[in-house]
Amino acid sequence: MADTFTIHLKIWRQAGPDQPGKLVDYTLDNVNEHMSFLEMLDVLNEQLVAEGKEPVEFDYDCREGICGSCNLMINGQAHGPKALTCTCQLHMRNYSDGDTIVVEPFRARAFPVIKDLVVDRSALDRIIQAGGYISVKTGSAPEANSIPVDKAVSDKAFDYATCIGCGACVAACPNSSASLFTGAKLAHLNRFPQGEPERRKRTVAMVEQMDAEGFGDCSNFAECEAVCPVGISISAIAEMRRDYMKALVAGEEA
Amino acid sequence: MNLDSKVPSGPLEEKWSKHLNDIKLVAPNNKRKHNVIVVGTGLAGGSAAASLAELGYNVKSFCIQDSARRAHSIAAQGGINAAKNYPNDGDNIWRLFYDTIKGGDYRSREANVYRLAQISNEIIDQAVAQGVPFAREYGGLLANRSFGGAQVSRTFYARGQTGQQLLLGAYQAMMRQVHEGKIEYYPRHEMLDLVLIDGKARGIITRDLVSGEIKRWMADAVVLCTGGYGNIFYLSTNAKNSNVTAAWRCHKRGALFANPCYVQIHPTCIPVSGDYQSKLTLMSESLRNDGRVWVPRKKGDNRPPNQIPDDERYYYLEEKYPSFGNLVPRDVASRNAKIVCDEGMGVGPTGYAVYLDFRDAIKRQGVKTISEKYGNLFDMYENITGDNPYEVPMRIFPAVHYTMGGLWVDYNLMSNIPGLFVAGEANFSDHGANRLGASALMQGLADGYFIIPYTIGDYIAGNELPEVKTNHEAFDEAAQNAQQHIDKLLNVKGEKSVVEFHRELGKIMWDKVGIARNAEGLKEAIVQIRALRDEFWQNVRVPGDQANYNKYLEFAGRVADFLELGELMAQDALNRDESAGCHLREEHQTSEGEALRNDEEYSFVSAWEYQGVNGQLQEQLHKENLEFEFVELKQRSYK
Ligand SMILES: Cc1cc2nc3c(=O)[nH]c(=O)nc-3n(C[C@H](O)[C@H](O)[C@H](O)COP(=O)(O)OP(=O)(O)OC[C@H]3O[C@@H](n4cnc5c(N)ncnc54)[C@H](O)[C@@H]3O)c2cc1C
Ligand code: FES
Repeated sequence: MADTFTIHLKIWRQAGPDQPGKLVDYTLDNVNEHMSFLEMLDVLNEQLVAEGKEPVEFDYDCREGICGSCNLMINGQAHGPKALTCTCQLHMRNYSDGDTIVVEPFRARAFPVIKDLVVDRSALDRIIQAGGYISVKTGSAPEANSIPVDKAVSDKAFDYATCIGCGACVAACPNSSASLFTGAKLAHLNRFPQGEPERRKRTVAMVEQMDAEGFGDCSNFAECEAVCPVGISISAIAEMRRDYMKALVAGEEA
Repeated sequence: MNLDSKVPSGPLEEKWSKHLNDIKLVAPNNKRKHNVIVVGTGLAGGSAAASLAELGYNVKSFCIQDSARRAHSIAAQGGINAAKNYPNDGDNIWRLFYDTIKGGDYRSREANVYRLAQISNEIIDQAVAQGVPFAREYGGLLANRSFGGAQVSRTFYARGQTGQQLLLGAYQAMMRQVHEGKIEYYPRHEMLDLVLIDGKARGIITRDLVSGEIKRWMADAVVLCTGGYGNIFYLSTNAKNSNVTAAWRCHKRGALFANPCYVQIHPTCIPVSGDYQSKLTLMSESLRNDGRVWVPRKKGDNRPPNQIPDDERYYYLEEKYPSFGNLVPRDVASRNAKIVCDEGMGVGPTGYAVYLDFRDAIKRQGVKTISEKYGNLFDMYENITGDNPYEVPMRIFPAVHYTMGGLWVDYNLMSNIPGLFVAGEANFSDHGANRLGASALMQGLADGYFIIPYTIGDYIAGNELPEVKTNHEAFDEAAQNAQQHIDKLLNVKGEKSVVEFHRELGKIMWDKVGIARNAEGLKEAIVQIRALRDEFWQNVRVPGDQANYNKYLEFAGRVADFLELGELMAQDALNRDESAGCHLREEHQTSEGEALRNDEEYSFVSAWEYQGVNGQLQEQLHKENLEFEFVELKQRSYK
């Protein structure tokens, strides 16, 4: 068995949306390098439950880096220190004996805290609702190979489509902008011939919804790209801006 | 009880089209007068909710996660099958049907599986039109790859994220209907009970996972798309929130549970590294194309793998199965890994792992080629384990992956409770005793996009559904039932955590109702599960309260249900005194260690009826006989 080591934690505890929150200190002395970050928190929670205390709430589901549920601010970095890695894929071998780790929720005006480290990210769903789709009713699709798509275009669309919707881009942005999230969906759908008919309408609707939700503007800090666990390129934002301007010039209204 | 599968008569190829001609329709302006509840937003639930709303029904959609897009389907990697025959390699609907029914070891319904193969092509059309970025050839047309159990190339894929891309397609279609006002959308809501009025499913009870509020929802039909129950094993490749609660609570209201013992165990997963482990990560089956599986011949040999000379290595799959070698089917590979570890030859800190070694492949093909093929998997492995698989062999071990069993449904995907439909992994319908790779995505989407929307119309048009209100006494009773269950959990105030109970249950299931089973072990498992369940209700500690976000409380409810389901799985496995597909009874194997069926006596679906739990779980068995009109039953062999 691998050696265990000690980690000091400062974790954001907040009983509910309207309650004040604060950082609380914990120490774990049986951390093992193979544990994932969330497993380390599981161990803490088991300890808290055994002591009759309330466990720390945090979101997760797949623990495989694909569902986008996990969302922790670790020492001020969304998803922690490792590039292209989300919280559930971060392992304790990245830390050493005696380290102190500050764990906070993803913070943004549009992401109110529900409890402890759990936040409400439903604003991201509403951006998709505004236009993040190609309108095709079930059963009305043409034969799949009747629309050839340049492989390079399709591969590029895929790169943007891999967004897991975690919201790290928002949490990392000094303006709490959701531009990378919104831009990625637009760059995916607007690129395809199937997506062309709704291109302008989609772009305007999603951008307006993003503003309506209280996300900030993009000032090109590029923090979003740096923390994105799937490496979405910031060029999505440039494309979004171009498409948005073009759509307005063409008279598209929100 | 008469289990009528409602399979239409006539030739196999015409059954579905004939059925579509015969079923009743709901007029467009009447659809908006009808409410349909869809529980779950994975491939099955997402596609069903979107399609029903497009037709004009008022849909209410529920899921546990904070967004529909996070359903467990998002994690599917490899691909989705369809009989397009784009590679021109001789594929057709019949072959896809045949491979699927054979892969399931002849324990599924012919008519359902044939329909699945027929619909498969429409799914690809639909997904492409939605903008799903499937892999393409340089000419701009769709690409395919091969998967286990087939001799043709019929799997469509989007790199290693096929489930994600298909789910996002369904999710986006759903979000469009939310925007149109046709879907009311309730994430972070967990279904806790089904409401029956006049014997029909007329609503559900949920717990709002943020406020803790118990809520009532009325409908004309309920569609359950709540996924599989593999998490009963505690460690599995399933997402942490995957559970059986919705299906189990329906079972307790009278829905039959079919073939609960059929569980698929995937051979190549990253092994357990310690007690704190929360889940197991799948490593694609494709690795077995180039990796060689071995263990040291000498028990307890703990030299580093690269210092063990070739003649002291036991390449057990190559030795035992010279013609298939490392590419034997999933169940055979899993079983053999367990055998060598049980014999003491396993490696790694726990002794429950085998090597998957790329040394020879790298020597032959070079690092570059291997990294092009598997680079992302190697990186993922290194990230999780800290070992570099280019230099030291991977350590792998089998893990629970998928459950073929589920609620019993007829050809219309309706359970024996009128108005309760079940789709996706939650039903038992299409995979028999073993599911082939890339066919769960196909089934979930076939059910949701192309079957449920029609068969629900038939039900609604053909039944009197008088208006009901959520203050009906049946709603009162169900809401109280849900509340009492929660109170009971919170009031035990014992000493042992929910996670410990879950882990212990998982260990019993893994040891005795896992890869290989025998009568003695199954009987022991039943006794142990009963004892553990008793202890749970005496000694579980659930922290916090109800009126708040409380993950431990959610899990406590799910573990309580698993503690009942486990007994049923063991009972079903004991009752099925044959081997079939993934269900290997050690008493019944061929000389090659393959599952040996007994078609004379066991060619049926086991459908269990809940009768109560009182120390023991009481269940009555009903049988749906499987008739094979179109295929001949054979000993499954991949030699
Ligand atoms: C790692 C992995 C890889 C896989 N790869 C492949 C592959 O390559 N090809 C393939 O064909 N199959 C694959 N599978 C299998 C496939 O992904 C699943 O069988 C399939 O996605 C299940 O879809 P579903 O819609 O039935 O359920 P799920 O996607 O599991 O969705 C269940 C839904 O129900 C909701 N829910 C559950 N309980 C409740 C409740 N009580 N109240 C409210 N909501 C509830 C959940 O929130 C969720 O929305 C893979 C599986 C795993 C684990
Ligand atoms: S838990 Fe799913 S991405 Fe981390």
